[in-house]
Amino acid sequence: MTRLLTVDSLTVALPQGADRPHAVEELSLHLDAGEILCVVGESGSGKSITANTVMGLLPKTLKVKAGTVTFEGESILGLSAEALRSRRGRRMAMVFQEPMTALNPLMRVGDQIAEALQVHGKGSEAKARVPELLAAVNLPDPASIARMHPFRLSGGQRQRVMIAMALALEPALLIADEPTTALDVTTQMQILRLMREIQERKGMGVMFITHDFGVVAEIADRVAVMQHGRIVEQGPASDILNAPQHPYTRKLIAAVPHGAALEKPAIRPSPVLVMKGVEKTYQRGGWFGPKAVVKAVHDADFTLNKGETLGLVGESGSGKSTLARCVVRLVEPEKGEILFHGKDLRPLSRQGWLPYRKRIQMVFQDPYASLNPRRKVGDAITEGPITHGVSPAEARTRALDLLRLVKLDPSAMERYPHEFSGGQRQRIGLARALAMQPELLIADEPVSALDVSVQAQVLDLLAEIRQRLGLTMLFITHDLRVAAQICDRIAVMQRGAIVELGPTEQVFGAPQHPYTRALLDSIPGRDWTPPVLAETA
Amino acid sequence: MKDFWRNFSRNRGAVVGLVVLVAVLILAVLAPVLYPGSPWDMAGMPFAPPGEEGMLLGTDSLGRDVAAGIAHGARVSLLVGAVSTVAALAIGVSLGAIAGYLGGLVDDLVMRFTEFFQTIPSFVLAILLVAIFTPSIASIVFAIAVVSWPPVARVVRAEFLSLRSREFVQASEVLGKSRLSIVVGDILPNALSPIVVLSSLMVASAILLESALSFLGLGDPNMMSWGFLIGSGRSVIRMAWWMSVFPGIAIFLTVLSLNLVGEGLSDALNPRLARNRGGKP
Repeated sequence: MTRLLTVDSLTVALPQGADRPHAVEELSLHLDAGEILCVVGESGSGKSITANTVMGLLPKTLKVKAGTVTFEGESILGLSAEALRSRRGRRMAMVFQEPMTALNPLMRVGDQIAEALQVHGKGSEAKARVPELLAAVNLPDPASIARMHPFRLSGGQRQRVMIAMALALEPALLIADEPTTALDVTTQMQILRLMREIQERKGMGVMFITHDFGVVAEIADRVAVMQHGRIVEQGPASDILNAPQHPYTRKLIAAVPHGAALEKPAIRPSPVLVMKGVEKTYQRGGWFGPKAVVKAVHDADFTLNKGETLGLVGESGSGKSTLARCVVRLVEPEKGEILFHGKDLRPLSRQGWLPYRKRIQMVFQDPYASLNPRRKVGDAITEGPITHGVSPAEARTRALDLLRLVKLDPSAMERYPHEFSGGQRQRIGLARALAMQPELLIADEPVSALDVSVQAQVLDLLAEIRQRLGLTMLFITHDLRVAAQICDRIAVMQRGAIVELGPTEQVFGAPQHPYTRALLDSIPGRDWTPPVLAETA
Repeated sequence: MKDFWRNFSRNRGAVVGLVVLVAVLILAVLAPVLYPGSPWDMAGMPFAPPGEEGMLLGTDSLGRDVAAGIAHGARVSLLVGAVSTVAALAIGVSLGAIAGYLGGLVDDLVMRFTEFFQTIPSFVLAILLVAIFTPSIASIVFAIAVVSWPPVARVVRAEFLSLRSREFVQASEVLGKSRLSIVVGDILPNALSPIVVLSSLMVASAILLESALSFLGLGDPNMMSWGFLIGSGRSVIRMAWWMSVFPGIAIFLTVLSLNLVGEGLSDALNPRLARNRGGKP
């Protein structure tokens, strides 16, 4: 094996006033040709900075203070911009996280790949190579795809184009910065398989940055775990995944949703919410030209029993969020019945809805958008009960109790949302919903925007609160492991319809519908069961 | 608040603008003390050049003190600028909020109504309104407000449209808050910064409009104003340049400083944008 890349005690300084002095500190790693090194860590751990340093793409405000980066036997930190450019693309290439914005929207896909060839003096080969490259990333009909503009391609297809572009000059080193994070699970699986296959065929070295241990299990030969800018543990994938040594790695792996259902009490059938024949369609166009009609929700009947948690799972655009929003009337469906304790909520007026607002509450996905930035946390939690006639003093005591319940300090009452981290904000959002003392809680991807260790905390908290308060819950998620862990029953949605509905063990153990099977096959690292680790705290 | 001032003072032009603006304000407040008596009264020889006969900025064709006219005119200009902006904001913010929050058919109706006003040349409409209602300070303020609310309505509508679909607004909706308290309590405070920036620019254009109306002789006949001073000096500009130039400079400085302050406000309220614009470190 040839040593491709060596990073030796690299230190990159952060500008003054940041939360720590160095983005990356004393970082050493190496990568051989023909292997995939996964760099894992939570947001802010410095993994992207490491990749950008190797590519010479550091922002001007960040300076390398110490250390060396050796690529193919020569040090590249001191190289001129000119010399770096001739290596970038030709010898080392990068795939970015966000396929939707990484392509030039005004240029045909084929031209963008040809451009990569041209800048390195191989423009003459472009005509023959472009279709070849597009075929190599398993895109159907390469000739016509090459003539398309990026907006006509899906996220997964764009990411394939990005990979084709990165591979155009057959680089020795490919750096992939969370290339599948923005994609749906089934697409993610296809891209992971594709990268593995190409890497084996060409014998490239791949530095793969991710936060997801499932992805690591799927693709990595070796793993480097980063925390606060340092590598805390490094080694072969099987060692790290199955016998982690460092406490932080152990904590991360313990936080990975294990996908195993917890012991759950039996649910007696006493329906709280029944959805019958609910339909929501969106129309575009009109006036001139034909109307485009999209059925966002149809054939999505379900019954939710008291004390039960029903998981709605599906990929983006499957209508799971729309369906949940129909229940709280953020979306008004055209047809169907939404029976809450036998009373149809759909035809009710805004006024008529008011008594039900107390009983049905919602937790939102994005902890950064779901709290009013100009309102103190205490006011955010108390305003709901006050609107419904609870005295301010009582609402305040209740809010203090709730802050304790979601494990926040009472001093949080007087602070603004921006002073809190994502996980803390999500707990504030939960407290706001619980302040209304609801029977039914709708959780719309409540942990998707959080790091894995925080995600585990919030999930535990949800489970605990649900038990303690006897909540009925509708839990929306795209992450099947999370769903398996928290839900009693699971409804799988595809293109606006529920295609399979059943107890969690049954859906996971003996899936009936082909789409459910495809989803389950796409869980990254499905062959890896996180080891049961003794508490290290 | 501290951050606000730091970001504001980072833009040097804005600080200069603020200083000029405060100076004009002080001049307006102190006008009766500095120049007691009516600015319409004769104070000296007609056509006295600046500096002569004890007249700092000279006198006009009837011997009235130009400096006194500018000081008293500042009151009218600032008053008209401020009041008509408040009135235009009241119309624009409420219509924009209704259109943006309710959306659908209401939005269409309100926006077509807004476009109706935008397609009429605003100055012509203002002249027409003042002529119909006879020139007075009230009719001028009314006319300026009527022609200057449409941009406010559009800005507020756009802000509301994007804020309405934010999760914190949806959360308030789910909590069962009334529409009014969502609009006033949740959306409006978050839409405030573009409104504040826009209103400083609107004061500037209101002052220009008022001057233009007075220049044409449509000003309040009982109130001295900068536009009237320029208008009355227009016919004798070759022999008495000071009659038009000094009021002109007053308008220029006030409007420029309002624009600078507006830009500073925009930088201070959207510090991220300001930094991306580069320039000042």
